[in-house]
Amino acid sequence: MTTVNAVSRGRVSWWRNPWRKPRILAAITWGYLAWSLLPVGIAALFSFNSGRSRTSLQGLSMRWYYGDPSLSVLHDPTLQGALIHTFVLGILTTVIAVPLGVAFALGIDRWRGRLPAGFNFAMLMSFVVPEIIMGVSLFFVVTRLHTPLHAGTAGQVVGLVTFQLSYPVIIVRARLLTIGKHYEEAATDLGASRLGAIRRVLLPMLYPAIFASTVLVFADVIDDFVIVQKLSAGAGTEPVAVKIYNTARGAPTPALNALATLLLAASLIAITLGYLGYKLLSRNEGQSSIESFAGQV
Amino acid sequence: MRRRRFLWVALATPGVLWLLLLFVFPFYVVLSLAFGTLDPLFLSPVPIWNPMHWIPDQFTYVLSHLAGAAGFYGPAILRTFAYVFIASVGCLLIAYPVAYYVSRFGGKRKGMLLVLLIAPFWISYMMRMLAWVNLLQIDGWINKVLSFGGIFNVHIAWLDGRPSTVILGLIYGYIPYMILPLYAGLDRIENSLLEAARDLGASRLSTFRRVTLPMSKSAVVASLLLVTLPMVGDYFTNDLLSASPSTAMFGNLINTAIEADSQVGKGAALLIIMFVVLLAPMLYYVRMTEKAEGGAV
Repeated sequence: MTTVNAVSRGRVSWWRNPWRKPRILAAITWGYLAWSLLPVGIAALFSFNSGRSRTSLQGLSMRWYYGDPSLSVLHDPTLQGALIHTFVLGILTTVIAVPLGVAFALGIDRWRGRLPAGFNFAMLMSFVVPEIIMGVSLFFVVTRLHTPLHAGTAGQVVGLVTFQLSYPVIIVRARLLTIGKHYEEAATDLGASRLGAIRRVLLPMLYPAIFASTVLVFADVIDDFVIVQKLSAGAGTEPVAVKIYNTARGAPTPALNALATLLLAASLIAITLGYLGYKLLSRNEGQSSIESFAGQV
Repeated sequence: MRRRRFLWVALATPGVLWLLLLFVFPFYVVLSLAFGTLDPLFLSPVPIWNPMHWIPDQFTYVLSHLAGAAGFYGPAILRTFAYVFIASVGCLLIAYPVAYYVSRFGGKRKGMLLVLLIAPFWISYMMRMLAWVNLLQIDGWINKVLSFGGIFNVHIAWLDGRPSTVILGLIYGYIPYMILPLYAGLDRIENSLLEAARDLGASRLSTFRRVTLPMSKSAVVASLLLVTLPMVGDYFTNDLLSASPSTAMFGNLINTAIEADSQVGKGAALLIIMFVVLLAPMLYYVRMTEKAEGGAV
């Protein structure tokens, strides 16, 4: 009897303690993390299934990566092609969108007036507009007008650059705001030209932001779906996301899981390298780097 | 002075041209198609380029088929707003406690928790949906778990057009985009303010209600917009997790319409309607970002 009493009083006093540990919040957080990550882990696990099933594990093997002579990612040209095409899109888009965005950010930030404010507004609209609106409008341009722009790799890259342009702009402008103008003014006072001040003073200070936006754009492009689907020209230009969308509800083999897992691995490698690079570039700034990197993304 | 300005204009120009040509102009193409006519012979859409000659036939058609016996657009649009509303509230109910816990009580584990929170961000959306498609098969792991090893016989067809599956899929898909901005907003609140409230006798709950919650209001609004806007345009989550017309959403209507020549005009009109419906929240978000950029003049 007394023990029961003590236990119940113990519980109440735990609740009444104003400095109690936030156990409920902790439970929600860990529960959320399990819910968000376990399904993906299971999907990755099934890519190693030695059987054909995607619902019961029949032993582990590398069959769906390279073992199977016709259905594995290595030997099925459509799966292999999807993976290669994804990376081609990722690299081309990043190479175009990041310099374009950085230059736009610098120009818009310093060129004062109504006109640049309007362009900045257009850029922010391109950031918030649902992807389907941009994807379908470009789809109409490609299918309904006679322009040099066609569906396929070129069309996809152009669409992706349009969609991604706002990321480097927003990140670089946020950074420009914290840097301010004094460093540049000091440089010009000491005799540097305008362009020299940008190149030798401002640009190096922007490296962390440029680098973060490069990683962000690349990782975002290889996961993109709507624009690449709307602007693809048949099976030859379908990246991994479109491949998954087209086959997930059919009867896919675990090779599809293997394809998705390879893309996941690539994303994780890109982001790890990105984090290490970011840490290296911003090592003099004293801020906890994981948090500021998280702030960038 | 002039030369200086020339430099900024030159830097911004490529990005400006890109946006005008590939974001603003395609939207004008959508308008021209939506206010255009149908070729009577080939039943293909004919855009009208001159706004003076625009005819509202497509809109009249869409608006007159919203409700009633031939109202096949209305139900899907209403359904979309219901799904998006429930899913956004669901996202917030999970995301807020998680973001709050990590920012307040993360302690030494904060870095690791942040990495885990960011992880779904870098996993392809399609892979995350594929994971659930596999788990929710009739012989999949979810039904197996619910059968408690054979005690019950659970054969629920989760993927056969269930609103609950689609809504859970939307929550699962978009919640990472909410947690990060919420975390950033909550993390900005000075710890000393909360300590002051507690020292002055406020309980944990009233500190939250009277200090934390009001101070995180703008982060809540921003993060809600960040998930709500893309959710309204989503069609792929529904395609993968239901594929039934009984759960079709706004995006599905557009996606189906643009496939057939004779429907393209209606698809364009639906796209314009979606844009107009979302215009107020989009402008609100853009205003908030402009303010954060230091008032873009």
